[in-house]
Amino acid sequence: MNDLVLTAPVLEEARQQIENALIKAGVHTVLLIDDAGNVVANCGKDVQRFDTTALAALAAANFGATSEIARLIGEDDFSLLFHKGKKDSIHFARVGPRLILVTIFGDEVALGLVRLRVAQLTKTIEKIFGLES
Amino acid sequence: MALIDLSRKEVHCKIVYYGPGRGGKTTNLLYIYNAMNSNVRGKMLTIETKGDRTLFFDLLPLNLGKVNGFDVRIQLYTVPGQTIYEATRKLVLKGVDGVVFVADSLRVRREKNIESFNDLKKNLVDYGLNIEEIPLVLQYNKRDLAKSAIPTLTVEELESDLNSELKAKAFEATATKGIGVFETLKEISKDTIRYVVKKHLLADI
Repeated sequence: MNDLVLTAPVLEEARQQIENALIKAGVHTVLLIDDAGNVVANCGKDVQRFDTTALAALAAANFGATSEIARLIGEDDFSLLFHKGKKDSIHFARVGPRLILVTIFGDEVALGLVRLRVAQLTKTIEKIFGLES
Repeated sequence: MALIDLSRKEVHCKIVYYGPGRGGKTTNLLYIYNAMNSNVRGKMLTIETKGDRTLFFDLLPLNLGKVNGFDVRIQLYTVPGQTIYEATRKLVLKGVDGVVFVADSLRVRREKNIESFNDLKKNLVDYGLNIEEIPLVLQYNKRDLAKSAIPTLTVEELESDLNSELKAKAFEATATKGIGVFETLKEISKDTIRYVVKKHLLADI
C-alpha cells in the first residue's frame, strides 16, 4: 500500500468540487478520508463542531467492518453506507480503492439528492486524485 | 500508509500497538494520554469495552512537533488482543506505518505471545508489508511481576521466543507505572518518522 501524497492544487480542486456538489445543496459537513482513518479534506461550516480525527477513524473502521460483512454474504464490498439519525444523517461512499467520502446532512436535505450528487462527485474526485480504474 | 499533505506541510503516521489480550496495550495509551500535555495530544477514543478488554480499538492522536518544516502527527491505535477478534485486528492494521508489539511477561501467556506475533506477521503480509522492513519495537510488559511469586518469563526467553531473528529494539516495561512506556513510544515514533521521511525524501535523515 503506497502512501498518499497530497498537493495543494489537488486538495483545492477536491474542496471546490465538494463545495459545489454538496455544500451548496444544503449538506452541512463533508469529510474526505482515507481507509486508514486519516482526514484528507474537510468542508462545511459545522466542521469545527466535530472531532474529525475520531470521526475519520471510526468511519474508516465502520467501512472496513461492513466490507467484512459484505464478504461473508458473498459480495466484494458495499460501495455506500447510510445511517439515519433523528436530526442529522450520515452517508458514506467509497471513492476509488483508497478514499471514503463522508457526508453529514440534516433532514431538510433529501437522501435521494445526496446519493445522486455523491455518485457524480465520486467520479470527479477519483479523476482529481488519479484513482479511476 | 502515511498521509503527506504538502499544502499544509503535515505528515500523518499510524502506529499500532499489537499483542496478546490483556497484555497492556490500552494501559500504554492511557499512560501516555495522562502524562502528555493537552496541547500535544488529542482526545483519546475508546470504543465500547467489555470489562477491561478492547473490543474494537483505542485511538490517541499526538502532535510531535516539526521535522524539516513538516508538522508530524501520529495516531496511536491498539488492537483487541483476544484470538477471536482476528478480523477486527486486521482492520485496525490497515495502513499501518509502525508497530509496537506488547508482549506479556507472565509465563502462562508464553504461547499467546508467540501466537499473536505470528498473527501479526501474517496480517502484515496480507497488506503487502514485511515485518523485517516495517518499523517495529518490542515491549516486554509487566516486568514488575518478575520480583513477585507469579511465574514470569525471563527477558532472554522473551527475546528467544519473539526477537531471535528480527533483533528489533526491545524495552522492558511496567505500563501501569509508566516504566518503559515513553522509551517505547520515543523509539517507535523516531523509527516510523524516519521510515516515512526517507521513503519520500522529505529530508536527509
